[in-house]
Amino acid sequence: MKSPETATAANTTTTASESEPTITNTSGSTRRGRLWRNRWLYALLMPGLLYFLVFKYVPMWGVLLAFQNFSPYHGFWKSEWVGLEHFRVFFTNPEFFMLLRNSLILSLYNLIFFFPAPIVLALLLNEVRVALFKRTIQTLVYVPHFISMVIVASLTYVFLTTEGGLVNELLDQYFGFKIPFLTSPDWFRPIIILQTIWKECGFGTIIFLAALAGVDPEQYEAAIIDGASRWRQMWHITLPSIRSTIVILLILRMGDVLDNGFEQIYLLLNPLNREVAEVFDTYVYFMGITQGAFSYSTAIGLFKSVVGIMLVVGANWTAKKFGQSGIY
Amino acid sequence: MRRYRTVSGTIFDAANYLFLGLFALAAVLPFVYVFAGSFASDAELTKRAFFLIPEKFTTAAYRYIFSTDTIMRSIGVSVYVTTAGTLINLFFTVTMAYALSKRHLAGRNFVLNLVVFSMLFGGGMIPTYLVVRELQLLDTYWALMLPGAISAFNLIIVKNFFQELPAELEDAAKIDGCSDLGLLRRIVLPLSMPVLATFTLFYAVGHWNNYYSALLYINEPAKWPLQVILRQIVMLSQMAAGDLNAMDPNFEQPPDQAIKMAVIVVGTIPILLVYPFLQKHFAKGVLLGSVKG
Repeated sequence: MKSPETATAANTTTTASESEPTITNTSGSTRRGRLWRNRWLYALLMPGLLYFLVFKYVPMWGVLLAFQNFSPYHGFWKSEWVGLEHFRVFFTNPEFFMLLRNSLILSLYNLIFFFPAPIVLALLLNEVRVALFKRTIQTLVYVPHFISMVIVASLTYVFLTTEGGLVNELLDQYFGFKIPFLTSPDWFRPIIILQTIWKECGFGTIIFLAALAGVDPEQYEAAIIDGASRWRQMWHITLPSIRSTIVILLILRMGDVLDNGFEQIYLLLNPLNREVAEVFDTYVYFMGITQGAFSYSTAIGLFKSVVGIMLVVGANWTAKKFGQSGIY
Repeated sequence: MRRYRTVSGTIFDAANYLFLGLFALAAVLPFVYVFAGSFASDAELTKRAFFLIPEKFTTAAYRYIFSTDTIMRSIGVSVYVTTAGTLINLFFTVTMAYALSKRHLAGRNFVLNLVVFSMLFGGGMIPTYLVVRELQLLDTYWALMLPGAISAFNLIIVKNFFQELPAELEDAAKIDGCSDLGLLRRIVLPLSMPVLATFTLFYAVGHWNNYYSALLYINEPAKWPLQVILRQIVMLSQMAAGDLNAMDPNFEQPPDQAIKMAVIVVGTIPILLVYPFLQKHFAKGVLLGSVKG
């Protein structure tokens, strides 16, 4: 723990009598007096603040590497500035279009096939009247959320490999052929989406179920008296009650359009499916960490973050324009 | 609330229950299958393919993977990083959240804005890697614990929780001469135990499951946590998990698949053991975030 002295270093000129904290000295005290009275709070603030400065703000400032030819030997201060050179090289590289296409297609698939899944599951769970059944189902479908991505990828591997994997053994026994799921470019995207649905669909229902629990039962009763069918009740009462939650999640998702989940993709990526599997994150890893092209990979990462922030702001603006409440 | 019973409604209910049942089954069946397979023999895995109870029960795969200390050592690393890392998380999160929960603290809004902005924009993988490298943390366990010491999201939730505690309690203690540190230790922390239990579990599961940090920051195989070893064995088949010479002479090498399944079981069981506790707390944790502060 940081010593309180560091927090109050600016107060060294304060005399002992002034700095004595007293109950009566609660209002109209000097700025120094207030700082001194809160010295323990500032001491408590220090470790966390230091963390944010070192591990969040120094790297943020480090994105300037993108405009340099950074070499670890020369260090940040002596490396040569090259302006937008790395961006120019990247945007004219055919790999750029491959990455952009792969990222966008994965995000689009995610939006179409994964995003509605927890909503549908929550609506179905909401229709269950037997409390014990509902609780049991919830308990089971939340499990995969807490399993590591490595285990998910390992399970995928054990099930789908052509060397003794369950699915291929069954295919072989009944139909006499095998499918190279893990090395085929055609299967990469479906596998990623299936993994995401399996892992996160159940847990994703929590936020919707909470919103649904807040709906006044009288609304349903009134609708039933008016002769509304179950389908009509869902359409006119249940769905509107989770609309704002859906919009907020959609806005947040916009920021991740170029962010496809590094671990998940990295674990399934191999030279045979690279043409559809390589995305910005994995490319940054290979260029930066494996090959040491620090400036070039920082430039790619910066491009990705800036696009992400613009999409969030844009989506938020659009949502407000249509009368929804945004995320800020 | 009673609803009208209609034919279509009953059909819908039946279909709904069936679908939900199948979905829940799909969530856990892979674990059951892998657990069963890890105790099966070579012949059975190729002949029967799918089964939930092995005909011939054998622990060969487990004896084999624990015949060298590769897995045990990586479990040790994971346990150490999870324990120490979670303590670091809690210390950093609680101290900062407590200071930020005091509205009268000068400079509080500035720091809060710093925290919120870091959720929207970050330096990214490479600049963070270079910071860790400059601090000489590569190939140390610190690299697995410090770069993620605070989750900004969790910090704000804990801060909001502290803020909502009744101010009268703290005022009373203050009049009795309690310092800010004493307040945190004697009043605030005891009142926050359920919330802190939630975040302890979240952080701990995060450490146990963490693969990314080790991939980036740890090159020395002796310091790899379990997740990295898991990948090496299951997906790359690169690392011989066990040592045949260490087994008794008539020991038959277990099938590749059973070994992989056994390793997956070893990596999954700790999570399944804490799952009942997780389940008790996570809904609360997720929803705490929706309280505005």
